[in-house]
Amino acid sequence: MAELTDRPFPPGSYPVVVVGSGPGALQVSYGLSRFGIDHAVLSADDAPGGMFRRWPFFQRMLSWTKPYAPVDHHDPAYERYDWNSLLADEPENQAIMPGLMDGASNFPSRPEMQRNLELFAERTGIRIRYGCRWTGTRREAAADGSDEFVLTTTDGEYRTPIAIFAVGVAEPSVPETPGIELATHYAGTRQAETYADRRVFIIGKQNSGFELASGLLQWARAITLASPSPAKLSVNTKSLVGVRARYVQPVEDHNLGGGVTILDAKIGQIRRLDDGGLEVMTLPSAGGDPIRFEVDEVIAATGFSAPLLDLPALGVTTFGMSRLPAVTPYWESAAVPGLYFAGTLSQAAGGLKKHGLPANSGAVHGARYNARVLTRQIAASRFGVAAAMDRPAIAPDALVDWMMAALVSGPALFHQRAYLARVASLDRSTGPRDEGLVPLAAFVDGTGSDGTGDAVAVTLEADGTGAIYPVVYTRRGSRLDETVVEPDPLLRYDTPAVRARLAELVKPAS
Amino acid sequence: MATSEEIVDQIAGFALFADLSTPQLERVAHTFEEQVYAEGERVLRQNLSGGSAFNVILDGSATVVIDGEERATLARGDFFGEVSILLGQPPVADVVATQEMRCLVLAGHLVQPFLLDNPPVMYRMLQAQARRLRQANRWRS
Repeated sequence: MAELTDRPFPPGSYPVVVVGSGPGALQVSYGLSRFGIDHAVLSADDAPGGMFRRWPFFQRMLSWTKPYAPVDHHDPAYERYDWNSLLADEPENQAIMPGLMDGASNFPSRPEMQRNLELFAERTGIRIRYGCRWTGTRREAAADGSDEFVLTTTDGEYRTPIAIFAVGVAEPSVPETPGIELATHYAGTRQAETYADRRVFIIGKQNSGFELASGLLQWARAITLASPSPAKLSVNTKSLVGVRARYVQPVEDHNLGGGVTILDAKIGQIRRLDDGGLEVMTLPSAGGDPIRFEVDEVIAATGFSAPLLDLPALGVTTFGMSRLPAVTPYWESAAVPGLYFAGTLSQAAGGLKKHGLPANSGAVHGARYNARVLTRQIAASRFGVAAAMDRPAIAPDALVDWMMAALVSGPALFHQRAYLARVASLDRSTGPRDEGLVPLAAFVDGTGSDGTGDAVAVTLEADGTGAIYPVVYTRRGSRLDETVVEPDPLLRYDTPAVRARLAELVKPAS
Repeated sequence: MATSEEIVDQIAGFALFADLSTPQLERVAHTFEEQVYAEGERVLRQNLSGGSAFNVILDGSATVVIDGEERATLARGDFFGEVSILLGQPPVADVVATQEMRCLVLAGHLVQPFLLDNPPVMYRMLQAQARRLRQANRWRS
């Protein structure tokens, strides 16, 4: 019974409740602890890792970690090459992932990723109440008259004014296609060898569909991938939008007539045939006659949605096929203040989506910085933590150096291009101050933690051509100016020319 | 959150998509992304580069603001963002949600291939632009 009595965070009242135990929840808990904020962490699982305890089905991450990189593992700039380690201030807790990899691939195996997360939790002392499933939410008046949330769980009720949900986008989602019950969702895919000599029809042409197609290439007799719109490939979008390069082998197979069929068509109906097989009727998007397939297996790689339970009934607006919550740039529900979202759910904040490119918030390498910004924001705005409100002074003659350092070695800007910016306020009376990381949309719209005074924001952006380049936003009075630094194909921005350009931008008005 | 089928039902009644068949509408629903903007949220930002996207309003409303002055209101079935995409220039106006607004959104670089694939939508868009131009000319005269 020791494990039951040792479980932390019994039901009760807490200043903050975090739900989840994946990378998002771990990074949030670490950040809250760093600011000394008491909080409970609840998880339905029995160990850290979140969805990486189950997926991806074919075992390797889509996010790389490069043990050998141009910078030392404890240099913050190394985070640019390590997409999987969580962020810590203590050197011994940084860059955990590269130390666990066996050299077989730059993409960690799922067990390696799971171990990476477990080690982070162990070493940083994160405590989690495992086996405690969040089952519902309601809002009630607290004793002091303010609103608080009551989270019902399998262990009892938790009361809190601030709930942070890092529950992933992991609820299998299926379309309303007639006969869809005859299909297996991606989440229910069997071991690859059980598909030997089978005709497999995969609904969906995103990463999960192509991951299955890639993994089944050497087993299946025939593979078809179908959905209404054409597949996007990341090598064409020059971004993380689209099917990642690791999974494009079926595309080449299709193009060379190797037996894979990739079709732009709506799935009209799935029906069981007398011989035990399945009939899939498809309606080509380009028009024309329906195309009929006879297959042995149908797999719905139709994505996942956010398991928000009853939060929509509480007023949380959701959107899109993933049922993401509508949030502010600081990941707070736009409709229900006090409810925050972290981890892969932080992709719900779209940001400026410059050139149509989303932030990398849906992946660990982007969401980990969001968690850092979120916890600082909560610590400052809800708890008045001095360390979170600290705005270190920047010597006026060091401002350009500060901007250069942010651009060249700031991994948050590199991974969260056009979503996060490093901001310095430029109050004439107090001199430049480091305002830290601010969501760019909040800076541009004057809703950021830096306020609305004169300030400069530096960020990195991309435009879908493969270029990555600095952009500087200067706010003076009500005027906002945007300056794009000429892209350099080798990303050389630590140059006298860039320095001179930045210096010109922050030169005090004469 | 609307299902793909519900979105098809909604946009079937919009003038912009009036000439499309059901399979074509379904492809629109899969090609565009659904996005929700909170009341007061800026959707397009005047003079900011690279931020343009083509938005079709499913529900809610917005106001068009130029240099701080409200110039027009937009509602269900209206669309915006296409001018700066077609011209390859930053938006000349802010568009601000005046209540929670749900849109179908297409990133700027996808607009040209979408219009070339769907000439009836291009024609309807041209009609809408002609109306706006006529309105502007009346306002000036």
